[in-house]
Amino acid sequence: MILAFIEHINGAPTALSLEVLTIATRLAREMGVPLEAAAIGPRGGTAAGILSSYGVGALHVADDPRLAEYAPSAWAHAITQLAERVNPRIVIGTASDRGGEVMAHVGARMKLPLAANCIEVAPGDPFAVTRQRWGGSLFEEAHLKGGVKLLTLAPHALTAEASPSRTEVAIRPFAPALDDKDFRVRLVPQVEADTGRISLAQARVVVGGGRGVGSAEGFASLEELAGLLGGAVGCSRAVTSLGWRPHADQVGQTGTRIAPDLYIACGISGAIQHMVGCRAAKNILAINTDAAAPIVEQADYAVIGDVQKVLSAVNAQVRRVRAGQPDPALAAESRIQDRKT
Amino acid sequence: MPMNVLVCVKRVPATAGHIALSADGQEIDTRYLGFTVSPHEECAVEEAVRLIEKHGGSSTVLTLGPEAAVDQLRDAMALGIERAVLLETDGREWDPVATAAAIVESIETDRAAGRSYDLVMFGNESADSAGYQVGVRVADALDLPCATGIKALETRDGKAMVRRQTEAGWETADLALPAVLTVKEGINLPRYPSLPGRLKAKKKEIERRKPRWQDGGLEKIRLKLPAQVEHTVEILGKNGDAGAQVVELFQRLRLL
Repeated sequence: MILAFIEHINGAPTALSLEVLTIATRLAREMGVPLEAAAIGPRGGTAAGILSSYGVGALHVADDPRLAEYAPSAWAHAITQLAERVNPRIVIGTASDRGGEVMAHVGARMKLPLAANCIEVAPGDPFAVTRQRWGGSLFEEAHLKGGVKLLTLAPHALTAEASPSRTEVAIRPFAPALDDKDFRVRLVPQVEADTGRISLAQARVVVGGGRGVGSAEGFASLEELAGLLGGAVGCSRAVTSLGWRPHADQVGQTGTRIAPDLYIACGISGAIQHMVGCRAAKNILAINTDAAAPIVEQADYAVIGDVQKVLSAVNAQVRRVRAGQPDPALAAESRIQDRKT
Repeated sequence: MPMNVLVCVKRVPATAGHIALSADGQEIDTRYLGFTVSPHEECAVEEAVRLIEKHGGSSTVLTLGPEAAVDQLRDAMALGIERAVLLETDGREWDPVATAAAIVESIETDRAAGRSYDLVMFGNESADSAGYQVGVRVADALDLPCATGIKALETRDGKAMVRRQTEAGWETADLALPAVLTVKEGINLPRYPSLPGRLKAKKKEIERRKPRWQDGGLEKIRLKLPAQVEHTVEILGKNGDAGAQVVELFQRLRLL
Protein backbone atom coordinates (compact mmCIF):
# COMPACT_ATOMS: atom_id res chain seq x y z
CA MET A 1 0.00 0.00 0.00
CA ILE A 2 1.05 3.58 -0.64
CA LEU A 3 0.09 6.25 1.86
CA ALA A 4 -0.19 9.84 0.57
CA PHE A 5 -0.10 12.52 3.25
CA ILE A 6 -2.26 15.26 1.80
CA GLU A 7 -2.61 18.88 2.88
CA HIS A 8 -5.96 20.58 2.54
CA ILE A 9 -7.86 23.70 3.47
CA ASN A 10 -11.17 22.70 5.08
CA GLY A 11 -11.27 19.57 2.98
CA ALA A 12 -10.05 21.07 -0.32
CA PRO A 13 -6.72 19.40 -1.16
CA THR A 14 -3.94 21.86 -2.06
CA ALA A 15 -2.68 21.94 -5.66
CA LEU A 16 0.60 20.33 -4.55
CA SER A 17 -1.31 17.51 -2.83
CA LEU A 18 -3.08 16.72 -6.11
CA GLU A 19 0.36 16.44 -7.72
CA VAL A 20 1.36 14.00 -4.94
CA LEU A 21 -1.78 11.94 -5.57
CA THR A 22 -1.03 11.90 -9.29
CA ILE A 23 2.43 10.34 -8.85
CA ALA A 24 1.15 8.11 -6.01
CA THR A 25 -1.60 6.71 -8.29
CA ARG A 26 1.03 5.90 -10.91
CA LEU A 27 3.35 4.24 -8.36
CA ALA A 28 0.48 2.21 -6.89
CA ARG A 29 -0.37 0.93 -10.38
CA GLU A 30 3.27 0.06 -11.15
CA MET A 31 3.68 -1.76 -7.86
CA GLY A 32 0.25 -3.38 -7.97
CA VAL A 33 -0.71 -2.05 -4.52
CA PRO A 34 -3.64 0.09 -3.29
CA LEU A 35 -3.39 3.83 -2.65
CA GLU A 36 -4.65 5.36 0.57
CA ALA A 37 -4.47 8.93 1.86
CA ALA A 38 -4.15 10.61 5.26
CA ALA A 39 -5.57 14.03 6.13
CA ILE A 40 -5.11 16.03 9.33
CA GLY A 41 -6.97 19.17 10.33
CA PRO A 42 -10.58 20.42 10.27
CA ARG A 43 -13.02 18.79 7.78
CA GLY A 44 -10.36 16.44 6.39
CA GLY A 45 -13.03 13.85 5.59
CA THR A 46 -14.67 16.12 3.02
CA ALA A 47 -11.57 15.69 0.83
CA ALA A 48 -12.94 12.26 -0.12
CA GLY A 49 -15.01 13.74 -2.95
CA ILE A 50 -11.96 14.97 -4.85
CA LEU A 51 -9.79 12.00 -3.82
CA SER A 52 -12.21 9.63 -5.56
CA SER A 53 -10.85 10.99 -8.87
CA TYR A 54 -7.28 10.16 -7.86
CA GLY A 55 -7.50 6.42 -7.34
CA VAL A 56 -7.69 6.62 -3.55
CA GLY A 57 -9.31 3.59 -1.86
CA ALA A 58 -9.36 4.84 1.72
CA LEU A 59 -8.96 8.19 3.45
CA HIS A 60 -7.59 8.12 7.01
CA VAL A 61 -8.76 11.14 8.95
CA ALA A 62 -7.00 12.02 12.21
CA ASP A 63 -9.66 12.41 14.85
CA ASP A 64 -8.32 14.66 17.63
CA PRO A 65 -9.56 18.24 18.14
CA ARG A 66 -6.04 19.28 19.23
CA LEU A 67 -4.84 18.60 15.67
CA ALA A 68 -7.00 21.45 14.32
CA GLU A 69 -4.01 23.70 14.91
CA TYR A 70 -0.77 23.01 13.09
CA ALA A 71 1.68 21.32 15.47
CA PRO A 72 4.47 19.75 13.36
CA SER A 73 5.54 17.11 15.86
CA ALA A 74 1.96 16.06 16.70
CA TRP A 75 1.01 15.83 13.04
CA ALA A 76 4.07 13.69 12.37
CA HIS A 77 3.30 11.47 15.36
CA ALA A 78 -0.19 10.92 13.97
CA ILE A 79 1.27 9.89 10.60
CA THR A 80 3.87 7.54 12.13
CA GLN A 81 1.22 5.80 14.26
CA LEU A 82 -0.97 5.39 11.20
CA ALA A 83 2.00 4.05 9.20
CA GLU A 84 2.81 1.52 11.92
CA ARG A 85 -0.76 0.27 11.78
CA VAL A 86 -1.43 0.19 8.02
CA ASN A 87 2.15 -0.73 7.08
CA PRO A 88 2.64 1.17 3.79
CA ARG A 89 5.58 0.57 1.44
CA ILE A 90 5.80 4.30 0.67
CA VAL A 91 4.72 7.42 2.54
CA ILE A 92 4.75 10.45 0.24
CA GLY A 93 3.93 14.10 0.97
CA THR A 94 4.39 17.48 -0.66
CA ALA A 95 7.60 19.48 -0.39
CA SER A 96 5.66 22.54 0.81
CA ASP A 97 6.91 24.20 4.02
CA ARG A 98 4.43 22.15 6.05
CA GLY A 99 4.64 18.94 4.05
CA GLY A 100 8.43 18.96 4.16
CA GLU A 101 8.48 19.75 7.87
CA VAL A 102 6.01 17.00 8.82
CA MET A 103 7.82 14.43 6.66
CA ALA A 104 11.19 15.39 8.23
CA HIS A 105 9.65 14.71 11.66
CA VAL A 106 8.21 11.43 10.37
CA GLY A 107 11.69 10.39 9.16
CA ALA A 108 13.25 11.32 12.50
CA ARG A 109 10.62 9.46 14.53
CA MET A 110 10.66 6.34 12.37
CA LYS A 111 14.48 6.47 12.12
CA LEU A 112 14.21 6.20 8.35
CA PRO A 113 15.87 8.16 5.55
CA LEU A 114 13.78 10.73 3.67
CA ALA A 115 14.31 11.80 0.06
CA ALA A 116 13.10 15.39 -0.24
CA ASN A 117 12.03 17.17 -3.42
CA CYS A 118 11.83 14.14 -5.68
CA ILE A 119 10.91 14.62 -9.33
CA GLU A 120 10.99 10.97 -10.42
CA VAL A 121 10.51 7.71 -8.54
CA ALA A 122 11.37 4.21 -9.84
CA PRO A 123 10.08 1.79 -7.19
CA GLY A 124 12.31 -1.22 -7.95
CA ASP A 125 15.13 -2.82 -6.04
CA PRO A 126 17.11 -0.68 -5.47
CA PHE A 127 14.47 1.97 -4.96
CA ALA A 128 15.65 4.82 -7.20
CA VAL A 129 14.67 8.47 -7.04
CA THR A 130 15.72 11.63 -8.85
CA ARG A 131 15.62 14.65 -6.59
CA GLN A 132 16.31 18.35 -6.86
CA ARG A 133 19.44 20.02 -5.58
CA TRP A 134 20.31 23.71 -5.78
CA GLY A 135 16.64 24.65 -5.98
CA GLY A 136 16.23 22.51 -9.12
CA SER A 137 19.33 23.73 -11.01
CA LEU A 138 20.84 20.28 -10.55
CA PHE A 139 19.39 16.78 -10.15
CA GLU A 140 20.63 13.91 -8.02
CA GLU A 141 19.96 10.28 -8.81
CA ALA A 142 19.89 8.39 -5.53
CA HIS A 143 18.98 5.08 -3.99
CA LEU A 144 16.66 5.19 -1.00
CA LYS A 145 16.73 2.49 1.67
CA GLY A 146 14.41 1.77 4.59
CA GLY A 147 11.50 -0.59 5.21
CA VAL A 148 9.10 2.26 4.45
CA LYS A 149 10.23 4.66 1.73
CA LEU A 150 9.70 8.28 2.77
CA LEU A 151 9.45 10.87 0.00
CA THR A 152 8.40 14.42 -0.68
CA LEU A 153 7.50 15.50 -4.21
CA ALA A 154 9.02 18.73 -5.58
CA PRO A 155 6.41 21.35 -6.51
CA HIS A 156 5.32 21.25 -10.17
CA ALA A 157 7.53 18.28 -11.10
CA LEU A 158 4.43 17.00 -12.89
CA THR A 159 0.91 18.14 -13.78
CA ALA A 160 -1.91 16.97 -11.53
CA GLU A 161 -4.21 14.67 -13.47
CA ALA A 162 -7.56 13.39 -12.28
CA SER A 163 -8.51 9.93 -13.47
CA PRO A 164 -11.63 9.58 -15.65
CA SER A 165 -12.87 6.69 -13.48
CA ARG A 166 -13.86 7.22 -9.87
CA THR A 167 -13.08 5.06 -6.86
CA GLU A 168 -15.15 4.45 -3.76
CA VAL A 169 -13.28 6.22 -0.93
CA ALA A 170 -13.78 4.60 2.48
CA ILE A 171 -13.41 7.17 5.26
CA ARG A 172 -11.48 5.76 8.22
CA PRO A 173 -11.20 8.02 11.27
CA PHE A 174 -8.22 7.24 13.48
CA ALA A 175 -7.36 8.52 16.94
CA PRO A 176 -3.59 8.76 17.44
CA ALA A 177 -2.25 8.57 20.99
CA LEU A 178 -0.68 11.99 21.47
CA ASP A 179 0.87 13.46 24.59
CA ASP A 180 1.51 17.05 25.67
CA LYS A 181 5.08 16.85 24.40
CA ASP A 182 3.77 16.48 20.85
CA PHE A 183 2.19 19.92 21.21
CA ARG A 184 5.26 21.77 22.51
CA VAL A 185 5.39 23.69 19.21
CA ARG A 186 2.09 25.03 17.90
CA LEU A 187 1.99 27.48 14.99
CA VAL A 188 -0.62 30.19 15.42
CA PRO A 189 -1.68 32.07 12.27
CA GLN A 190 -1.36 35.83 12.42
CA VAL A 191 -3.85 37.82 10.41
CA GLU A 192 -2.25 40.76 8.67
CA ALA A 193 -3.96 43.84 7.32
CA ASP A 194 -4.12 43.81 3.51
CA THR A 195 -1.63 46.44 2.33
CA GLY A 196 -3.26 46.64 -1.10
CA ARG A 197 0.16 46.15 -2.72
CA ILE A 198 0.50 43.64 -5.53
CA SER A 199 2.51 40.72 -4.16
CA LEU A 200 5.63 39.52 -5.99
CA ALA A 201 4.36 35.96 -6.16
CA GLN A 202 1.04 37.02 -7.74
CA ALA A 203 2.12 39.91 -9.99
CA ARG A 204 1.58 39.65 -13.77
CA VAL A 205 4.63 41.83 -14.35
CA VAL A 206 7.74 41.94 -12.17
CA VAL A 207 10.43 44.56 -12.70
CA GLY A 208 13.54 43.17 -11.01
CA GLY A 209 16.76 45.05 -10.33
CA GLY A 210 20.31 43.90 -9.70
CA ARG A 211 23.61 45.53 -8.95
CA GLY A 212 23.45 47.15 -12.42
CA VAL A 213 20.68 49.47 -11.21
CA GLY A 214 23.53 51.38 -9.57
CA SER A 215 22.06 52.46 -6.22
CA ALA A 216 19.03 52.25 -3.94
CA GLU A 217 17.80 55.53 -5.50
CA GLY A 218 18.21 54.00 -8.96
CA PHE A 219 15.18 51.80 -8.23
CA ALA A 220 12.91 54.85 -8.77
CA SER A 221 12.83 54.14 -12.51
CA LEU A 222 11.92 50.47 -11.83
CA GLU A 223 9.19 51.58 -9.42
CA GLU A 224 7.84 53.89 -12.09
CA LEU A 225 7.69 51.16 -14.75
CA ALA A 226 6.10 48.70 -12.32
CA GLY A 227 3.54 51.37 -11.45
CA LEU A 228 2.75 52.05 -15.11
CA LEU A 229 2.28 48.33 -15.84
CA GLY A 230 0.48 47.47 -12.58
CA GLY A 231 3.32 45.18 -11.50
CA ALA A 232 5.66 44.68 -8.58
CA VAL A 233 9.35 45.45 -8.03
CA GLY A 234 11.77 42.63 -7.23
CA CYS A 235 15.52 42.41 -6.79
CA SER A 236 18.51 40.09 -6.75
CA ARG A 237 20.30 38.80 -3.66
CA ALA A 238 23.23 41.16 -4.33
CA VAL A 239 20.84 44.11 -3.94
CA THR A 240 19.41 42.79 -0.65
CA SER A 241 22.94 42.23 0.70
CA LEU A 242 23.86 45.81 -0.21
CA GLY A 243 20.85 47.00 1.79
CA TRP A 244 19.26 48.71 -1.23
CA ARG A 245 15.98 46.77 -0.95
CA PRO A 246 14.28 44.70 1.78
CA HIS A 247 14.57 40.90 1.64
CA ALA A 248 10.82 40.69 0.93
CA ASP A 249 11.62 41.95 -2.60
CA GLN A 250 14.23 39.26 -3.29
CA VAL A 251 13.57 36.87 -6.16
CA GLY A 252 15.43 33.56 -6.02
CA GLN A 253 16.23 30.28 -4.31
CA THR A 254 16.22 31.87 -0.85
CA GLY A 255 13.69 34.57 -1.69
CA THR A 256 10.35 34.59 -3.52
CA ARG A 257 9.61 32.38 -6.52
CA ILE A 258 7.69 34.36 -9.12
CA ALA A 259 5.58 33.31 -12.13
CA PRO A 260 4.59 36.51 -14.00
CA ASP A 261 3.66 36.86 -17.67
CA LEU A 262 6.72 39.09 -18.03
CA TYR A 263 9.82 39.40 -15.89
CA ILE A 264 11.92 42.44 -16.70
CA ALA A 265 15.39 41.76 -15.27
CA CYS A 266 17.35 45.02 -15.03
CA GLY A 267 21.09 44.87 -14.40
CA ILE A 268 20.89 41.30 -13.08
CA SER A 269 23.66 38.89 -14.13
CA GLY A 270 21.54 35.74 -13.78
CA ALA A 271 23.21 33.58 -11.14
CA ILE A 272 21.61 30.13 -10.91
CA GLN A 273 20.11 30.99 -7.51
CA HIS A 274 18.30 33.92 -9.12
CA MET A 275 17.12 31.93 -12.14
CA VAL A 276 15.55 29.35 -9.79
CA GLY A 277 13.26 32.13 -8.58
CA CYS A 278 12.13 33.35 -12.03
CA ARG A 279 12.14 30.08 -13.98
CA ALA A 280 8.33 30.02 -14.00
CA ALA A 281 8.07 33.44 -15.73
CA LYS A 282 6.37 33.06 -19.13
CA ASN A 283 8.65 35.68 -20.73
CA ILE A 284 11.92 37.26 -19.62
CA LEU A 285 13.17 40.62 -20.88
CA ALA A 286 16.76 41.27 -19.84
CA ILE A 287 18.22 44.74 -19.74
CA ASN A 288 21.98 44.45 -19.35
CA THR A 289 25.18 46.13 -20.48
CA ASP A 290 26.79 42.71 -21.00
CA ALA A 291 25.38 40.84 -24.01
CA ALA A 292 27.15 37.68 -22.76
CA ALA A 293 25.58 37.73 -19.26
CA PRO A 294 23.85 34.45 -18.30
CA ILE A 295 20.54 36.32 -17.93
CA VAL A 296 20.70 37.46 -21.57
CA GLU A 297 21.38 33.89 -22.73
CA GLN A 298 18.33 32.66 -20.86
CA ALA A 299 15.99 35.56 -21.69
CA ASP A 300 13.42 35.68 -24.49
CA TYR A 301 14.08 39.36 -25.19
CA ALA A 302 16.96 41.64 -24.37
CA VAL A 303 18.01 45.26 -24.58
CA ILE A 304 21.75 45.78 -24.36
CA GLY A 305 22.61 48.90 -22.43
CA ASP A 306 22.64 50.80 -19.19
CA VAL A 307 19.54 50.19 -17.05
CA GLN A 308 18.83 53.87 -16.40
CA LYS A 309 19.22 54.90 -20.05
CA VAL A 310 17.01 52.06 -21.27
CA LEU A 311 14.30 52.57 -18.63
CA SER A 312 14.23 56.31 -19.15
CA ALA A 313 13.39 55.74 -22.85
CA VAL A 314 10.94 52.89 -22.10
CA ASN A 315 9.08 54.79 -19.36
CA ALA A 316 8.78 57.89 -21.58
CA GLN A 317 7.38 55.78 -24.41
CA VAL A 318 4.89 54.01 -22.10
CA ARG A 319 3.71 57.38 -20.81
CA ARG A 320 3.31 58.67 -24.40
CA VAL A 321 1.29 55.63 -25.45
CA ARG A 322 -0.83 55.96 -22.34
CA ALA A 323 -1.48 59.66 -22.99
CA GLY A 324 -2.36 59.08 -26.65
CA GLN A 325 -4.91 56.38 -25.86
CA PRO A 326 -8.43 57.02 -24.66
CA ASP A 327 -9.26 55.52 -21.29
CA PRO A 328 -10.15 51.86 -22.08
CA ALA A 329 -13.39 52.10 -20.05
CA LEU A 330 -14.49 55.19 -21.99
CA ALA A 331 -13.59 53.51 -25.27
CA ALA A 332 -15.82 50.55 -24.41
CA GLU A 333 -18.67 52.89 -23.53
CA SER A 334 -18.38 54.76 -26.80
CA ARG A 335 -18.54 51.45 -28.70
CA ILE A 336 -21.80 50.68 -26.94
CA GLN A 337 -23.08 54.14 -27.89
CA ASP A 338 -22.04 53.52 -31.52
CA ARG A 339 -24.02 50.32 -31.64
CA LYS A 340 -27.12 52.03 -30.22
CA THR A 341 -27.16 54.80 -32.79
CA MET B 1 20.09 35.94 30.79
CA PRO B 2 23.32 34.75 29.15
CA MET B 3 22.90 32.07 26.49
CA ASN B 4 24.91 29.32 24.88
CA VAL B 5 24.25 29.17 21.16
CA LEU B 6 25.43 26.60 18.64
CA VAL B 7 25.11 27.36 14.93
CA CYS B 8 25.68 24.67 12.30
CA VAL B 9 26.87 25.54 8.78
CA LYS B 10 27.89 23.70 5.62
CA ARG B 11 30.65 24.48 3.13
CA VAL B 12 29.19 24.73 -0.40
CA PRO B 13 30.56 25.94 -3.75
CA ALA B 14 29.87 29.60 -4.57
CA THR B 15 28.16 28.98 -7.90
CA ALA B 16 27.56 31.77 -10.40
CA GLY B 17 25.73 31.66 -13.74
CA HIS B 18 26.41 28.03 -14.66
CA ILE B 19 27.00 24.72 -12.96
CA ALA B 20 29.43 22.22 -14.50
CA LEU B 21 29.94 18.68 -13.25
CA SER B 22 33.11 16.67 -12.75
CA ALA B 23 33.75 14.00 -15.38
CA ASP B 24 32.37 11.19 -13.18
CA GLY B 25 29.19 13.14 -12.39
CA GLN B 26 29.82 12.82 -8.66
CA GLU B 27 30.50 16.46 -7.83
CA ILE B 28 30.15 20.01 -9.06
CA ASP B 29 33.33 20.99 -10.90
CA THR B 30 34.79 23.45 -8.40
CA ARG B 31 38.12 24.09 -10.11
CA TYR B 32 37.12 27.67 -10.84
CA LEU B 33 34.81 28.28 -7.88
CA GLY B 34 35.20 29.67 -4.39
CA PHE B 35 33.35 28.28 -1.38
CA THR B 36 30.87 29.76 1.02
CA VAL B 37 28.07 28.66 3.36
CA SER B 38 24.39 28.54 2.41
CA PRO B 39 22.58 31.91 2.51
CA HIS B 40 20.18 30.78 5.24
CA GLU B 41 23.19 29.79 7.36
CA GLU B 42 24.87 33.19 6.94
CA CYS B 43 21.75 34.58 8.56
CA ALA B 44 21.81 31.92 11.31
CA VAL B 45 25.40 32.95 12.13
CA GLU B 46 24.43 36.63 12.22
CA GLU B 47 21.44 35.85 14.45
CA ALA B 48 23.67 33.92 16.87
CA VAL B 49 26.14 36.81 17.05
CA ARG B 50 23.30 39.26 17.74
CA LEU B 51 21.84 37.05 20.48
CA ILE B 52 25.15 36.96 22.33
CA GLU B 53 25.70 40.69 21.85
CA LYS B 54 22.29 41.29 23.40
CA HIS B 55 22.14 38.69 26.16
CA GLY B 56 25.77 37.75 26.78
CA GLY B 57 26.92 34.14 26.83
CA SER B 58 28.89 32.19 24.26
CA SER B 59 28.58 31.12 20.66
CA THR B 60 29.98 28.12 18.81
CA VAL B 61 30.01 27.37 15.08
CA LEU B 62 30.11 23.76 13.92
CA THR B 63 30.56 22.20 10.51
CA LEU B 64 30.82 18.68 9.19
CA GLY B 65 33.14 18.58 6.22
CA PRO B 66 36.69 18.31 4.94
CA GLU B 67 39.70 20.10 6.44
CA ALA B 68 39.14 22.95 3.96
CA ALA B 69 35.84 23.78 5.74
CA VAL B 70 38.03 25.48 8.36
CA ASP B 71 37.71 28.52 6.05
CA GLN B 72 33.95 28.66 6.66
CA LEU B 73 34.45 28.30 10.43
CA ARG B 74 36.92 31.21 10.37
CA ASP B 75 34.46 33.28 8.31
CA ALA B 76 31.89 32.80 11.08
CA MET B 77 34.43 33.65 13.78
CA ALA B 78 35.37 36.81 11.87
CA LEU B 79 31.75 37.92 12.36
CA GLY B 80 31.91 37.38 16.13
CA ILE B 81 31.38 33.67 16.84
CA GLU B 82 33.81 32.69 19.59
CA ARG B 83 34.42 28.99 19.23
CA ALA B 84 34.56 26.55 16.34
CA VAL B 85 34.23 22.78 15.99
CA LEU B 86 35.16 20.86 12.84
CA LEU B 87 33.65 17.41 12.42
CA GLU B 88 36.26 16.30 9.96
CA THR B 89 35.37 13.99 7.07
CA ASP B 90 37.41 12.55 4.23
CA GLY B 91 35.44 14.73 1.82
CA ARG B 92 32.83 12.17 0.77
CA GLU B 93 29.18 13.05 1.09
CA TRP B 94 27.24 12.41 4.30
CA ASP B 95 23.49 12.08 3.96
CA PRO B 96 21.05 13.82 6.34
CA VAL B 97 20.76 10.87 8.75
CA ALA B 98 24.55 10.50 9.06
CA THR B 99 25.06 14.27 9.32
CA ALA B 100 22.45 14.65 12.07
CA ALA B 101 23.91 11.69 14.02
CA ALA B 102 27.41 13.23 13.93
CA ILE B 103 26.10 16.61 15.11
CA VAL B 104 24.11 14.97 17.94
CA GLU B 105 27.21 13.06 19.04
CA SER B 106 29.24 16.28 19.10
CA ILE B 107 26.57 18.11 21.12
CA GLU B 108 26.60 15.22 23.61
CA THR B 109 30.40 15.35 23.83
CA ASP B 110 30.11 19.05 24.66
CA ARG B 111 27.44 18.34 27.25
CA ALA B 112 29.60 15.71 28.94
CA ALA B 113 32.32 18.38 29.15
CA GLY B 114 29.92 20.78 30.88
CA ARG B 115 28.83 22.83 27.88
CA SER B 116 25.15 22.65 27.03
CA TYR B 117 23.35 24.78 24.47
CA ASP B 118 20.21 26.86 24.95
CA LEU B 119 19.74 27.19 21.21
CA VAL B 120 20.94 25.06 18.31
CA MET B 121 20.54 26.84 14.99
CA PHE B 122 20.64 25.66 11.38
CA GLY B 123 19.77 27.06 7.98
CA ASN B 124 16.34 25.94 6.76
CA GLU B 125 18.07 23.85 4.08
CA SER B 126 21.54 23.65 2.62
CA ALA B 127 22.05 25.38 -0.73
CA ASP B 128 23.51 22.28 -2.37
CA SER B 129 21.92 18.98 -1.29
CA ALA B 130 18.84 20.62 0.29
CA GLY B 131 17.58 17.70 2.40
CA TYR B 132 15.34 19.93 4.58
CA GLN B 133 15.72 17.66 7.63
CA VAL B 134 19.02 17.79 9.56
CA GLY B 135 17.73 20.32 12.12
CA VAL B 136 14.54 18.33 12.71
CA ARG B 137 16.49 15.08 13.15
CA VAL B 138 18.87 16.69 15.66
CA ALA B 139 15.91 18.08 17.64
CA ASP B 140 14.21 14.69 17.67
CA ALA B 141 17.34 12.86 18.85
CA LEU B 142 17.92 15.38 21.65
CA ASP B 143 14.20 15.50 22.49
CA LEU B 144 14.07 19.28 21.97
CA PRO B 145 11.26 21.42 20.53
CA CYS B 146 11.93 22.56 16.97
CA ALA B 147 10.67 25.27 14.63
CA THR B 148 11.80 25.42 10.99
CA GLY B 149 12.02 28.25 8.50
CA ILE B 150 11.85 31.11 10.98
CA LYS B 151 12.14 34.74 9.86
CA ALA B 152 12.00 36.48 13.25
CA LEU B 153 13.30 35.54 16.68
CA GLU B 154 13.09 37.04 20.14
CA THR B 155 14.24 35.35 23.33
CA ARG B 156 12.91 36.23 26.74
CA ASP B 157 12.31 34.44 30.07
CA GLY B 158 13.65 31.11 28.87
CA LYS B 159 11.49 31.19 25.75
CA ALA B 160 12.07 31.70 22.04
CA MET B 161 9.31 33.54 20.25
CA VAL B 162 9.50 32.91 16.52
CA ARG B 163 7.65 34.04 13.44
CA ARG B 164 7.55 32.43 10.05
CA GLN B 165 6.08 33.42 6.74
CA THR B 166 3.30 31.50 5.02
CA GLU B 167 1.51 32.03 1.74
CA ALA B 168 -1.30 33.73 3.65
CA GLY B 169 0.83 35.88 5.96
CA TRP B 170 2.64 34.92 9.12
CA GLU B 171 2.44 32.36 11.92
CA THR B 172 4.00 32.46 15.35
CA ALA B 173 5.15 29.96 17.95
CA ASP B 174 6.65 30.06 21.44
CA LEU B 175 9.28 27.45 22.27
CA ALA B 176 10.67 26.71 25.71
CA LEU B 177 14.48 26.71 25.68
CA PRO B 178 16.55 24.70 25.00
CA ALA B 179 15.30 24.45 21.43
CA VAL B 180 16.36 23.87 17.83
CA LEU B 181 15.62 26.52 15.20
CA THR B 182 16.16 26.52 11.46
CA VAL B 183 16.46 29.95 9.94
CA LYS B 184 15.50 31.46 6.58
CA GLU B 185 17.29 34.29 4.85
CA GLY B 186 15.58 37.60 5.57
CA ILE B 187 15.59 37.16 9.36
CA ASN B 188 18.39 39.76 9.36
CA LEU B 189 20.91 41.42 7.09
CA PRO B 190 24.28 39.81 7.87
CA ARG B 191 27.14 42.18 8.59
CA TYR B 192 30.41 42.19 6.70
CA PRO B 193 33.46 40.97 8.62
CA SER B 194 35.81 43.65 9.89
CA LEU B 195 39.56 43.44 9.26
CA PRO B 196 40.36 43.10 13.00
CA GLY B 197 37.65 40.43 13.14
CA ARG B 198 39.34 38.51 10.34
CA LEU B 199 42.79 38.79 11.92
CA LYS B 200 41.46 37.62 15.28
CA ALA B 201 39.65 34.67 13.68
CA LYS B 202 42.84 33.58 11.92
CA LYS B 203 44.60 32.97 15.21
CA LYS B 204 41.81 31.13 16.96
CA GLU B 205 42.02 27.47 17.69
CA ILE B 206 39.63 25.05 16.06
CA GLU B 207 38.46 21.94 17.90
CA ARG B 208 38.57 18.89 15.67
CA ARG B 209 36.55 15.75 16.05
CA LYS B 210 36.42 12.74 13.76
CA PRO B 211 32.93 11.25 13.59
CA ARG B 212 32.49 7.82 12.06
CA TRP B 213 30.75 7.74 8.68
CA GLN B 214 27.56 5.73 8.57
CA ASP B 215 25.19 4.67 5.84
CA GLY B 216 22.15 6.84 6.49
CA GLY B 217 20.10 5.20 3.75
CA LEU B 218 20.05 7.89 1.05
CA GLU B 219 22.88 7.13 -1.34
CA LYS B 220 23.87 9.55 -4.09
CA ILE B 221 24.49 7.64 -7.33
CA ARG B 222 25.24 10.55 -9.64
CA LEU B 223 24.42 14.17 -10.34
CA LYS B 224 23.00 15.37 -13.63
CA LEU B 225 22.17 18.69 -15.19
CA PRO B 226 18.63 19.44 -16.34
CA ALA B 227 18.18 19.08 -20.11
CA GLN B 228 18.91 22.34 -21.89
CA VAL B 229 16.11 23.53 -24.12
CA GLU B 230 17.10 25.12 -27.45
CA HIS B 231 16.68 28.79 -26.86
CA THR B 232 17.12 32.03 -28.75
CA VAL B 233 16.99 35.57 -27.49
CA GLU B 234 15.59 38.43 -29.52
CA ILE B 235 17.61 41.62 -29.11
CA LEU B 236 15.19 44.55 -29.11
CA GLY B 237 17.75 47.34 -29.19
CA LYS B 238 20.50 49.22 -27.44
CA ASN B 239 20.37 51.85 -24.69
CA GLY B 240 17.86 54.60 -25.48
CA ASP B 241 16.78 53.33 -28.91
CA ALA B 242 14.67 50.40 -27.65
CA GLY B 243 11.70 52.27 -26.18
CA ALA B 244 9.28 51.66 -29.07
CA GLN B 245 10.17 47.97 -29.45
CA VAL B 246 9.82 47.32 -25.72
CA VAL B 247 6.44 49.04 -25.61
CA GLU B 248 5.34 46.98 -28.61
CA LEU B 249 6.32 43.87 -26.62
CA PHE B 250 4.24 45.09 -23.65
CA GLN B 251 1.28 45.54 -26.01
CA ARG B 252 1.76 42.13 -27.60
CA LEU B 253 1.72 40.56 -24.11
CA ARG B 254 -1.40 42.65 -23.31
CA LEU B 255 0.30 44.38 -20.41
CA LEU B 256 -0.45 47.81 -21.82
